[in-house]
Amino acid sequence: MPFQAVILWTDWLVYLLVGVIVATIVYTRGREHLRAPWRRVAQSVSGMVGLTVLLVFVIAGLLDSVHFRPRLAASDAKAKVAYAVEVLSVLDVALGPLRMRREKTYSAPLATHLYAIEMTELPDGSQVRDFPRLKYGGAQLKDPERDWDADIRHAALGGFAGGGVVWLLIGLLVAATVAHGGGVRINHAWNQLWRGETEVPWRAILLTLLAFCMLGGAAIGLAAKYHVLGTDKVGQDVLYQALKSIRTALVIGTLTTLVMLPFAIALGIAAGYFGGWVDDAIQYTYTTLNSIPGVLLIAAAVLMMQVTIDRHPELFQTAAERADVRLLVLCVILGVTSWTGMCRLLRGETLKLKELEYIQAAHAFGVRHHRIITRHILPNVMYIVLITVVMEFSGLVLAEAVLSYVGVGVDPSMNSFGTMINNARLEMAREPMVWWSLAAAFVFMVTLVLAANLFADAVRDAFDPRVRTRALSPVRLAQLLRMRGAQSPKTGQA
Amino acid sequence: MIAYIIRRLLYAVPILLGVNVITFALFFLVNTPDDMARMQLGVKRVTPEAIASWKQERGYDQPLLYNSAAAGAGKLTHTIFYEKSLRMFVFDFGRADDGRDIAREIRLRMGPSLAVAIPAFFVGLLVYITFALGFAFFRATYIDFWGVVICVAAMSISSMFYIIGGQYLIGKLWHLVPISGFSGGVDALRFILLPAAVGVIGGFGASTRLYRTFFLEEIGKDYVRTARAKGLSEVTVLFRHVLKNALIPILTGVVVAIPFLFIGGLITESFFGIPGLGSYTVDAINSQDFAIVRSMVFIGSLLYIAGLLLTDISYTLVDPRVRLA
Repeated sequence: MPFQAVILWTDWLVYLLVGVIVATIVYTRGREHLRAPWRRVAQSVSGMVGLTVLLVFVIAGLLDSVHFRPRLAASDAKAKVAYAVEVLSVLDVALGPLRMRREKTYSAPLATHLYAIEMTELPDGSQVRDFPRLKYGGAQLKDPERDWDADIRHAALGGFAGGGVVWLLIGLLVAATVAHGGGVRINHAWNQLWRGETEVPWRAILLTLLAFCMLGGAAIGLAAKYHVLGTDKVGQDVLYQALKSIRTALVIGTLTTLVMLPFAIALGIAAGYFGGWVDDAIQYTYTTLNSIPGVLLIAAAVLMMQVTIDRHPELFQTAAERADVRLLVLCVILGVTSWTGMCRLLRGETLKLKELEYIQAAHAFGVRHHRIITRHILPNVMYIVLITVVMEFSGLVLAEAVLSYVGVGVDPSMNSFGTMINNARLEMAREPMVWWSLAAAFVFMVTLVLAANLFADAVRDAFDPRVRTRALSPVRLAQLLRMRGAQSPKTGQA
Repeated sequence: MIAYIIRRLLYAVPILLGVNVITFALFFLVNTPDDMARMQLGVKRVTPEAIASWKQERGYDQPLLYNSAAAGAGKLTHTIFYEKSLRMFVFDFGRADDGRDIAREIRLRMGPSLAVAIPAFFVGLLVYITFALGFAFFRATYIDFWGVVICVAAMSISSMFYIIGGQYLIGKLWHLVPISGFSGGVDALRFILLPAAVGVIGGFGASTRLYRTFFLEEIGKDYVRTARAKGLSEVTVLFRHVLKNALIPILTGVVVAIPFLFIGGLITESFFGIPGLGSYTVDAINSQDFAIVRSMVFIGSLLYIAGLLLTDISYTLVDPRVRLA
């Protein structure tokens, strides 16, 4: 085989998560009462725009979650098959040249020359001090001063055109689907769509996609010859780093809640349902955990984990595996500090539910506890679980940046928005300023977090039964409070 | 009231004990002191003697929970758990890796933390409530709509960017105040201004949106309708009725945070070079000074519990319906 598949720990969990989502969709499709709230989500303009953006990010993240080690070229036919130490992902292959084309050090976006002046030796032996040309960025230009403008314009326009064509195809596909669903002709559906008369806000979705197609097209067109977002200190392409950071952010945002979900659900329902000493013990546990400021607990745990990882270097075959385990442990630790909110909400809701008549009736019929819990309580508290999972996401993505700055985030070798900011912030003092790493991290992060916030709001509006009575529900309150604390996990106002 | 406070204080003891056990387990059971010594001294070529002296310097050379070599009560007191964890209850935190007394360091560093955190806290509260009340007054108009849009956008931006942006714009571009640093006396004002302003702006989105929700929640209630029916103007209704009642849920989130003003913002302080407790913690984490991190965990939980107690007491002050017994 030309490669050896590598499935990292977080990959397994990502696949599991995708599996759960697919299973949920399949299960929901046939049940009208479950579909109704999702239909309300689908009607929300901001929610669907957020979802569209999220999906674009998720595609990048999923491509980056299929890992393998390429086979090394054998020196002779009989040599033992060996695989590279470096673990690559499908995204790495797709981005191919971006990863390989390393410059010497900083270069500005779309630059043709290096950021720093260097001494270069001319063929005739004399030396000049000048900005050297980049090895890859704009290397095809003979006279950069003269041809640069035209070349950039040409590449960008080509990219726009390509993006436009792709977008048009998507638009036609959507129109065809709408036409098929509504039983009308395709041009009629197209008009409906642009007048905003469809149930799902396709117009907003398509406009979002248009922005992505145009920007993406231009980026692809330019990336073939230039470093679209410049290069960092060691000459790596910033666009590549930003794209690779997406997976880290998504993993932290989703797996953190996923790994703690079983505990939070089990303990929350148990505390509310059984009461008595079970309730006391569980409440004591989460009050204690809650009273430790999140950052400090995370810092303490991550420091200790580092000692353990350093002590057992034999457990990890590659650097990627070590970084991955560190990411997973970070998720678990973040989960330990953030499950308490969900646990408390579930406890409160269960307390309320168990007094309702239908559950009293189930008791009277002699239904067993675990059956009452799984059949009557669990389905009725799932909306809390769903809302919490969605709303925790953006806070966790933001928390990662802070933790990486404090030095207890992801492995320094792993691409993440936190490491990008952390490396870039030291370069603000340079003259002229090296701003592009920071700007890239900013744009990518804000887009992701904003999209997640919009989607979370739409999901909450659709699923929280008390939104329609206009009263402030505990779920909504917890969400709003959580967002305030999100900037620095639970130390309050940072 | 006093009986209630005493009971709450007693209730805090098992929680603090739990925090102590958790930190003890994290720092001494997950990895033995030997492992920590090896990591601090460098993994390779480390002699057993070096480890022993490292442990002795820091007092980690005792058994964890039970010292069979000692006599009498010493069997329990000459242990790491007693010396390092239980002694924290009397604010004896031991020494940091650089040999300084942690308790003294903490006392010294409270001042700068408070100097930045208190103005940011009160100005922030005033700004957020003002804007939230404004949005609530203009509810269901474009002002409210765009206000919320701005809030959602503002809270999607990481606090790091507010700090970096503030430092760049005000400190570097406009040269209004120093980018970072701190000094005592009146001069401190120059150094406090920027971090405090950044703190206020950073919290704007989430807090304003939260308070707006509280106001709208109150506005929908019957007594407000009655007040309007009496012919009171909208401004009177908002300030005399809605504002007062909405302050109750606002207090919940705010009072809990008051004790944390002592610690200040972790990253804010470290970015702006303020010698407070926040930057102390960040530096300790970076230099892997376990003694300081352990102490700060304890202090942090202490402050959290104090915050909860303060919240309950403040309820009795603002809400006559709440009686603590």
